[in-house]
Amino acid sequence: MASRKFEPTNPTVKWVEDRLPILGLIYSSVGGGYDTPRNLNYWWNFGSLAGFMLVVQIVTGIVLVMHYVPDINLAFDSVQHIRRDVNYGWLMQSIHANGASMFFIVVYIHILRGFYFGSYKSPREILWFLGIIIYLLMMATGFMGYVLPWGQMSFWGATVITNFFSAFDFIPFIGDGLVEWLWGGFAVDQPTLNRFFSLHYLLPFVLVGVVILHIWALHIPGSTNPLGIDANGPYDKVPFHPYYTAKDAFGLGVFVIFFAAFVFYIPDFLGHPDNYIKADRLKTPAHIVPEWYYLPFYAILRAIPDKLLGIVAMFASILILFAMPWLDGSRIRSMRFRPLSQIFFWIFVINGLFLGYLGSISPDDILWFGFEAIVYAQISTLYYFAYFLVVMPVVSRMETTLPVPTSIAASVLEANKKG
Amino acid sequence: MTTHDDVVEERRNFLYLATGAAGAVAVGGAAWPLIDQMNPSKDVLALSSIEVDLTKIPEGTSAVFLWRKNPVFVRHRTEAEIARARADDNAPDLVDPEADEDRVQRPEWLVMSGVCTHFGCIPLDQQGDFGGWFCPCHGSHYDISGRIRRGPAPANLPVMEYTFLNDTTIKIG
Repeated sequence: MASRKFEPTNPTVKWVEDRLPILGLIYSSVGGGYDTPRNLNYWWNFGSLAGFMLVVQIVTGIVLVMHYVPDINLAFDSVQHIRRDVNYGWLMQSIHANGASMFFIVVYIHILRGFYFGSYKSPREILWFLGIIIYLLMMATGFMGYVLPWGQMSFWGATVITNFFSAFDFIPFIGDGLVEWLWGGFAVDQPTLNRFFSLHYLLPFVLVGVVILHIWALHIPGSTNPLGIDANGPYDKVPFHPYYTAKDAFGLGVFVIFFAAFVFYIPDFLGHPDNYIKADRLKTPAHIVPEWYYLPFYAILRAIPDKLLGIVAMFASILILFAMPWLDGSRIRSMRFRPLSQIFFWIFVINGLFLGYLGSISPDDILWFGFEAIVYAQISTLYYFAYFLVVMPVVSRMETTLPVPTSIAASVLEANKKG
Repeated sequence: MTTHDDVVEERRNFLYLATGAAGAVAVGGAAWPLIDQMNPSKDVLALSSIEVDLTKIPEGTSAVFLWRKNPVFVRHRTEAEIARARADDNAPDLVDPEADEDRVQRPEWLVMSGVCTHFGCIPLDQQGDFGGWFCPCHGSHYDISGRIRRGPAPANLPVMEYTFLNDTTIKIG
């Protein structure tokens, strides 16, 4: 894709470039040397926003580790010490805790952008896989980070989630000891906190590595675009810099306002009050809920009354994303030209939000028409899987699609004529 | 006919295989300490037993003790509770059928793990539909013998090893 080569005129820059072509690499990755479709809309901002959030989390995280103590007797107090005593600790802690939520918000939008515009379809399958791996690593990192403050939700969330692996106790040799191996004891305890701290520090840097692979894979075919047709020729493309660096910067400004509203005005809105109680291994909170970004999967887990099958369904609900490039058989990428797929997509989004709501309440709460929440969770879980296993394979192959423009340039010119 | 070249190739293949096998053993050997260091350490394993004074638990009440960092329920059962537990020995809703008799050494003392067999929360005493324990996390109901009757938990609350040192003291572990 990169059509222009990096040709520095400054002799010092040229001297460096001849020995280590790193500026050329940046130029062709996110600079003027990367040609991008000219019609990218604001849904394409969320990739760079996710990259921004990863940097924010790493920077604030490194700062927090300068004050945090990974000891079961001191961890809770050290977080309070950060919030009350450390200079700007309140700010760093609030940015980091809310930053996790912001990271998930932008990544969820980024993933759904991929759903809608067919970003997972050929030739971008490996790009898509790397994205799923990033998402899984984020979930693991977020979970372990939430354990570190050692509040009631930290402790009991860790207990419930590590106990997921006790469902695999039928596996010979390793099954029985698996959970104790994760804990380093007979319950969540000091060894558990220590290893979670170690891995919570490590995994973000693994994420950086996978993100680099993700961007590398992106640059082979180049970005998709809202029309889903390949960009051909110079009329279809503009250089990434300055066009999309400027557009991304504007989006970043808007996003940071949203982020700041949480950090400064409602820092605990997305948290749980029970996490202001120090962990007590003799008292399970009446109602355990995970962080909001795991709720849909938690609802799927609870929808199934069998322990092992519940776990399997929960893991399957994410791993199924790997099959999307083949489940979707449409020759057209963008749902803009697939009206029926569009409807099912929006139902899928609403269904996902509904699952999130169901994950946040107690499964035996009575909802509409006198049915327990678990019944709705079962219906929602059914749609979740049916979307991938029935709707996607069938609709993508049967539906009558709308006419697709011949080129990006032609479509843009057409729109300008009307305007 | 075996030529000189065939012999050389065969020997080379053998060397590839032997090197690969030795390498695999070396990697496995180096990986094991890295994996095993996560298992419970010696001092954790050494937290072996506790003694419980039964005189402090009146009839019809339960007490919770910490053993190996996990709660243990000790319930002093009434005659009515014992009768109820025994009457349910053949109840059709037992997920993990077990006779009450096999779960106790002396019927008035029920000593068992206080960790829900679903995902490890602590069930609440004297709640739920069977007058035993109820786990608030995902709604598992246990009866007065600690047997799972309804909800997602797959097994009864496990009975651990304990011995009566005398009529008023037990040793757990």
